[in-house]
Amino acid sequence: MSRRLDIDIDAVLAEMAAALRERLEARGVHAPAMVGIHTGGVWVAERLHRLLGLDEPLGTLDISFYRDDFTRVGMNPQVRPSHIPFNVDDRHIVLVDDVLHTGRTIRAALNEIFDYGRPASVLLAVLVERPGRELPVEAQVAGRHLELAPDEYVELAGPEPLELSVVKKQAA
Amino acid sequence: MSGARLQVDEQGRLRHFLTVEGLERGLLTEILDAAESFAGVAEQTVKKVPLLRGKTVVNLFFEASTRTRTTFELAAKRLSADVLNINVSASATTKGETLLDTLRNLEAMHVDMFVVRHADSGAAHFIARHVQPHVSVVNAGDGRHAHPTQALLDVFTIRRRKGRFEDLVVAIVGDILHSRVARSQIHALNALGTGEVRVVAPRTLLPAHVEDLGVHVFHRMEDGLRDADVVIMLRLQKERMRGAHLPSEHEYFRLYGLTEERLARARPDAIVMHPGPINRGVELESRVADGPRSVILEQVEHGIAVRMAIISMTMRTARGGEGTPA
Repeated sequence: MSRRLDIDIDAVLAEMAAALRERLEARGVHAPAMVGIHTGGVWVAERLHRLLGLDEPLGTLDISFYRDDFTRVGMNPQVRPSHIPFNVDDRHIVLVDDVLHTGRTIRAALNEIFDYGRPASVLLAVLVERPGRELPVEAQVAGRHLELAPDEYVELAGPEPLELSVVKKQAA
Repeated sequence: MSGARLQVDEQGRLRHFLTVEGLERGLLTEILDAAESFAGVAEQTVKKVPLLRGKTVVNLFFEASTRTRTTFELAAKRLSADVLNINVSASATTKGETLLDTLRNLEAMHVDMFVVRHADSGAAHFIARHVQPHVSVVNAGDGRHAHPTQALLDVFTIRRRKGRFEDLVVAIVGDILHSRVARSQIHALNALGTGEVRVVAPRTLLPAHVEDLGVHVFHRMEDGLRDADVVIMLRLQKERMRGAHLPSEHEYFRLYGLTEERLARARPDAIVMHPGPINRGVELESRVADGPRSVILEQVEHGIAVRMAIISMTMRTARGGEGTPA
């Protein structure tokens, strides 16, 4: 069961870009580097990257090798290469994902980023946040907050156009 | 030797990795794609991912090999597994019971994977048939039979350089008869839909009915190299020179050695490969080995990423466990 959400994503992205600009300015960061998490997070990051007018190419992370459930589910066969085209050391990084739910993906992404170097700071921006955190992870910028039941999941379709929908999953 | 049923489970996932024979294009492509992602780990400051933390990989080598063992060790370590290197001298073991005793002892130490190199064909299959259900086996070369991880790193190197297989002409030159590498390469290249696979060798170094493997046979270098996109030189096993297969190394180089002059018959953008270690002046002259078309060191580098992919895809996990949503 899937229901499309009637959300103007372009408007949400514009709000997020403005909020990010404000955040970064408050921190005194003038040249942040941006990293998107595969797959949905990369789509969102590409747009924010454009809206903020960043010069440096976007970094992309596939956190499959850093997941905490390998011993349970094995290798993700759809893994893509991670690519960080800049030196992470001492940089202010904006980490972007589509949905913040349990926080486990962000935990994995932070670990992966630290294997590339020691950033000065990391700021998290997500298109949607929802309840269900299993780790102490919060977003500094969230496009929308959605109240969802534990058996409901947000899915982002893309890359063009971006569309949000809510899927109800049967308990396994 | 039916490795196919032994090495792939009901869900079509790798259970062991014993031979390329019988593996479908989809699964081979999945391995190459995963290797592409693992290649990126070498770009990290910390060249390591935590995927196999807490797993133990045993390199069980009954036959000497520096390069293969080293790259397997590095691959497992870059996956954060613990690695045990055990070199069993062939003379100390008589097949069967003693080998099984060795296995049982190692299994009692709660290891998760055996990487096996053995001079006897079928050794890895034998071990795979006898390990406990939670243990996986990866074949690192068995007798004349197979060297599947070498073949995979070779096709990975070809794919990176050429981007495709469909219209490629690949010439494999040398001792096809004794080469487990050649056998695995031929299976991999054909499974991936390579345009034409050629073998170039004297009659004495070709197995009977080699055409049945899906190759075109050439006896003269000059013919076999014509318009080739990829030239794979095999190592001439010096220990096998004693038999009646070849008159001398010098004679071999005169007839089958790769020189710049001979390489001119291949396509201008042809690449030259060799599984190593190279015998300079026997299989190929130094000008070629160190020349711009040689990708021999790239092969070594790719060996790590490809083995990381194979180890992690073969490692047993508690499947059916419900994944946690992100």
